[in-house]
Amino acid sequence: MSISTSIWIWIAALLTLMIYSFLYKDNPFYRLAEHIFMGLSLGYTLVILWYDYIIPRIYQPLFFSPHQWSLIFPILLGMMTFGIFSKKYNWLIKYPLAFYVSAFAAIQIPVMLRSWILKQVEASFLTPDKFSSVFNSINAILIFVGLVTTLIYFYFSKKREHGFGAAATVGIVFIMVAFGAAFGYTVMARISLLIGRMQFLIQDWLGIM
Amino acid sequence: MIFFLIIGFSIVANDTPNDAGGSILITTYNIPEGTQKIELYRLAKGDTIYEEAGLIPPRGECEDVSVVDGVEYLYRVRAITEDTFYVAETKEFISSSPQWFNRTRITVLLFFILFGGVVLVYIELAKKNPKGLFIRKLPALDAIDEAVGRSTEMGKPVLFVPGLEGITDAGTLASITILEKVGKRVAEYGSRVIHPNFDPIVMTTAQETLKTAFSEAGRPDAFNKDDVFYLTYEQFGFAAGVDGIMLREKPGAIFLQGYFYAESLILAETGYSIGAIQIAGTNATTQLPFFVAACDYVLLGEEMFAASAYISREPRLLGSIKGSDLAKLAILCLIGAGVIFGTFAVIANNAGNPSYLGIFNRVLDFIARGNG
Repeated sequence: MSISTSIWIWIAALLTLMIYSFLYKDNPFYRLAEHIFMGLSLGYTLVILWYDYIIPRIYQPLFFSPHQWSLIFPILLGMMTFGIFSKKYNWLIKYPLAFYVSAFAAIQIPVMLRSWILKQVEASFLTPDKFSSVFNSINAILIFVGLVTTLIYFYFSKKREHGFGAAATVGIVFIMVAFGAAFGYTVMARISLLIGRMQFLIQDWLGIM
Repeated sequence: MIFFLIIGFSIVANDTPNDAGGSILITTYNIPEGTQKIELYRLAKGDTIYEEAGLIPPRGECEDVSVVDGVEYLYRVRAITEDTFYVAETKEFISSSPQWFNRTRITVLLFFILFGGVVLVYIELAKKNPKGLFIRKLPALDAIDEAVGRSTEMGKPVLFVPGLEGITDAGTLASITILEKVGKRVAEYGSRVIHPNFDPIVMTTAQETLKTAFSEAGRPDAFNKDDVFYLTYEQFGFAAGVDGIMLREKPGAIFLQGYFYAESLILAETGYSIGAIQIAGTNATTQLPFFVAACDYVLLGEEMFAASAYISREPRLLGSIKGSDLAKLAILCLIGAGVIFGTFAVIANNAGNPSYLGIFNRVLDFIARGNG
């Protein structure tokens, strides 16, 4: 056993323990770690924004050759956001917001339509190759029934009555099975994160293993 | 375009179709046997020396993405074998340029026009008669009144977390509509709503939304701007902060509405541990299982958008929900027709008539890639 002599490993280990102390109950150590974490992350984000965005994308193209004067327009648009701090000019924020939302929607709609709808529709067609074996056939039919009933579950224009209600119930069963699988899978991933943290404490900090 | 000699080894260079420019498509033919690598060289018009432009993969095709639009180039390739090399080159200059229209996205345009048109029609219908468009009520909506009421009776505040996405996310926008309803109830009951934020623009929007909600409820004085505050732009820093607020403020009702990532279970578990009624809603399908496991009510994906349309009766939201419902119906019909036609095509193919299967495959190709 050789305990680490690095100050940084000690700080990381103590902060890890402080965060884990939350499993018992809220306490001053957890609060200290929480505030350090939040403060550091905020400061870190600010530094990243300054060095990765403001300096290379605003300051340098504007003040050094070759000057990109066209950048003035998006910068002005962005500056309008600060109107929020003024009671007189807080209406200015509507313009960058409107531009931001509409431009994003314009970029995203074709991408989403293609990848979330058309590709999915194509994949949902029961083509001959999906019936190559008994197992594949059952799989293909299950996916088809699951898709149809799940779409019915998310149909909002009709009351859930009679056959429509029954189909929606089958749909929610499929959804819950999918959620259960996703839950189990993610819990496994989280356990591996815990193992990683424990390894840090036992190996890097305490030097036991 | 142009090709060159030795043992039929040749190269064709074309402007890459359906792109935003800055790319020339290089294709080589009759690659000599035993070729170990194919080197690509490029000569810009006006230059005298070919410059290296990388390697062509064994399949013989690649895109040169280091070209400048409008500048004309000649290309030369060198196929290197163990003991010699072969050369081919283009004889006409070629330049890259962007295309206005990406032809592989024709189906996207068609569906966009079709569904967009339906949504517009429904928006107009909703404007004329908002009550005429039926949308099924969701149980989680009734629970909002119950949760805020219970929280007020217990003398505890309400916590509303709008997720970790910006204002451009559809889930965040839906959460803002739900916040308006929550805000009105909170104001009517004389309670308090705490709204920590991950994104500064969402914070601003939430402040305005709550201010309006309190004013509409006749309690503008009760709105405290400081209850809507910014935490941090770091995912787990935000989660730690919200957990801390849950433990210290002990809210009676927690609304987790918006787009969440891996912190969803951390937040929902902490909320559960303090005994708050939790109403979650997210369009992040990967996080829904955790909310289902730890919250009292959950708005699953699109239910969030339906809920916001139901609450606001806003024509644009109503029209979108009705339009998307019709789109779902159309997709169901399309898939159903595809299944029937596909089965028929396979039967016909087995009987010696492959033409229907060919049509079926072309339709599939058209839907997926705009070809066909």
